[in-house]
Amino acid sequence: MRKSSGKASGYDWFIRGIVYLATAITVSVLLFIIWHVVSNGVPHLKPSLFEWKYTTENVSMMPAIINTLIIIAVALTIAMIFGIGAAIYLVEYAKPGNKLVAIVRITTETLSGIPSIVYGLFGMLFFVTTLNWGYSVLAGAMTVAIMILPTIMRSTEEALMAVPMSLREASYGLGAAKLRTVFRIVLPSAMQGILAGVILGIGRIIGETAALLYTAGSTHRIPSSLFNSARTLAIHMYLLAGEGLHKNEAYATAVVLLIVVILINLLSNFLAGKLRKEYNQ
Amino acid sequence: MVRNRFEEALDKLNNDLDVMGDLVTVAIEKSLTSLKNCDTDLAKQVIKGDHEVNEMEKSIERHCITLLLRQQPVASDLRLISTALKMITDLERIGDQAADIAEITLSYCETSRKENSFETTSKMAEETIRMVKTALKAFRDGDLALADEVIAADDRVDAYFDSIRDQVIQGMQDDIDEPESLVDVLMIAKYLERIGDHAENVAEWVVFSITGKHESIDDLHLHV
Amino acid sequence: MDNIITIRDFNSYYGDFHAIKDINMDVEKNKITAFIGPSGCGKSTLLKSINRMNDLVEGFHCKGTMMLEEQEIYKMDVYELRKRVGMVFQKPNPFPISIYDNIAYGPRTHGIRKKAELDEIVEKSLRQAAIWDEVKDQLNKNGLSISGGQQQRICIARALAVNPEVILLDEPTSALDPISTTKIEDLLNELKKEYTIVIVTHNMQQATRVSDYTGFFLLGDLIEFGDTDQVFSIPKDKRTEDYITGRFG
Repeated sequence: MRKSSGKASGYDWFIRGIVYLATAITVSVLLFIIWHVVSNGVPHLKPSLFEWKYTTENVSMMPAIINTLIIIAVALTIAMIFGIGAAIYLVEYAKPGNKLVAIVRITTETLSGIPSIVYGLFGMLFFVTTLNWGYSVLAGAMTVAIMILPTIMRSTEEALMAVPMSLREASYGLGAAKLRTVFRIVLPSAMQGILAGVILGIGRIIGETAALLYTAGSTHRIPSSLFNSARTLAIHMYLLAGEGLHKNEAYATAVVLLIVVILINLLSNFLAGKLRKEYNQ
Repeated sequence: MVRNRFEEALDKLNNDLDVMGDLVTVAIEKSLTSLKNCDTDLAKQVIKGDHEVNEMEKSIERHCITLLLRQQPVASDLRLISTALKMITDLERIGDQAADIAEITLSYCETSRKENSFETTSKMAEETIRMVKTALKAFRDGDLALADEVIAADDRVDAYFDSIRDQVIQGMQDDIDEPESLVDVLMIAKYLERIGDHAENVAEWVVFSITGKHESIDDLHLHV
Repeated sequence: MDNIITIRDFNSYYGDFHAIKDINMDVEKNKITAFIGPSGCGKSTLLKSINRMNDLVEGFHCKGTMMLEEQEIYKMDVYELRKRVGMVFQKPNPFPISIYDNIAYGPRTHGIRKKAELDEIVEKSLRQAAIWDEVKDQLNKNGLSISGGQQQRICIARALAVNPEVILLDEPTSALDPISTTKIEDLLNELKKEYTIVIVTHNMQQATRVSDYTGFFLLGDLIEFGDTDQVFSIPKDKRTEDYITGRFG
């Protein structure tokens, strides 16, 4: 703040006012959204909405929750294997200046910018139709896995690069080979950074509607096989709201979704904070 | 042990100094014994033995310089090592003087026929031996009081010398048949007096190693 | 003289840069040999060539011979080499795992799995590194949670755990306070009874305190090598004298 003769000038007050106003508007919009959803949803949060079975009378969200977890699990498995594997190759094995590294990097950056509806369409055309998997958990998980792959790869890469070279040197100095060094020293040290990426990925999956609608479909049952269709929580909410019959239950679902998203964000912030503290030692 | 290599080297230094001190005090003793008993073989031993004293001086000197190079001593360590360097010079001179006494013994025993008890001379020699041993103990223990004792003892040695000088002068006036013997007795006393001075120098360096101040006998203050 | 490492006409390059030129030198068993010299003189490069850590650097290549007793260093199995020749680095680098696991990492790498055996090795190594009493009740503590001086001694214990014959130390105390430095210098004096030690240091006083032999390097050449006493009191080469008396530009 510029100091004038002890008295704050009118100009200073004006600027301060604008900044405070902007902050207030931003915060109030967020609070309004939350308040709106919560006030409309919480009154309708009944235990019956958490019944194991969905019926047209009782549009329980429990199957949708289970389905969400299943899709997250499958998608994460696929994305982590390929994402972490690729990141390990890029950071630990590829020679610096290798053209492949540049290609992979450009590819992943591009992938992360593609709108999710495009993924949905691709998933539908390829997994559902061409491979003839039909609307299925597998098709949905694969599609969403491709979506979060860049995130997982990026955060793993950065976590691996943040591991100091001196640790690898110490390991080699003791007579360990590269594989052991990577899997016993580097990867464990990078675990928190990797986890941060994984949590971001989970957050994205939970919020995903367009991509999953056209690949995993909207079946309300808990699937008995990976090739069955299954709706996630977000899709469930979308469908309830769209039908027009169950607006209240839609709000209730929204509350649950909101809570989950907030929890995930808090978890991710907490982990990031811990990471920062450890590396500043 | 912290700075274990340095500590081991300092222990060696102290041990070597004790050995050198023993060598010179034994030399003084033996030279007096050879004088009293006219034991020419013993006297010759003392003369030859001075070679070992000179070698010890060189070896301790090398050791000190190596310590200065290798360990970069400061504070009391530095004073200790520089004191050792100075002390060995005085100890070596004491050794020389003991050998000189033995030399005179050889010529004295050839010419003299009279019996001489060498009472005062023996007392003087004992005093100087005590001074050397005490000075080295003062160094080892860092004992200021002991060092002061040695500095004070030199007065007694000087008094003994004066007494012997008077006796010699009296002897010359009374009875002049053996002038060479009287001269020899005086010279032996002079060497012992010099030994006393060197022992006192050693004590002054010990004071330096403890206090950091080197004061010679001229501006001497006895420390409490 | 029992030499454990012999170096003959050794040259090394980073790409086209000729880092080390025609080194001929012997390292005597159970003695401490120090490499001194200004920055960039090649002393660290030579050290890292002994346990082939330079192999990890792009573009590094070398010619000449380096022998570890009867075996050629650049022909033998590199993992076997690094078991016999251990290294301690400039900045302490314990793994972010427990102290116990830090020390046990080397033995586990080389096939030792039984807990009883590992327990014994961990205790022995920590005792040899003069840090057992300080950490014996905290073996599960993270290696990073202790002080810098202690971390470096843990790194020394970690290197000792694989039972090497030679220990290479690259400016091991330059990141430490004077008291930790003294502790480690005392430690090296004890360790040389069982191991051979080669230490790179930019602190000449450390070289005089600790080493039996000293090699002075300048721009990749070994200018002078000999008894530490002789090198520091009557150096044969004027360049050595200029460096150790501080008259170097």
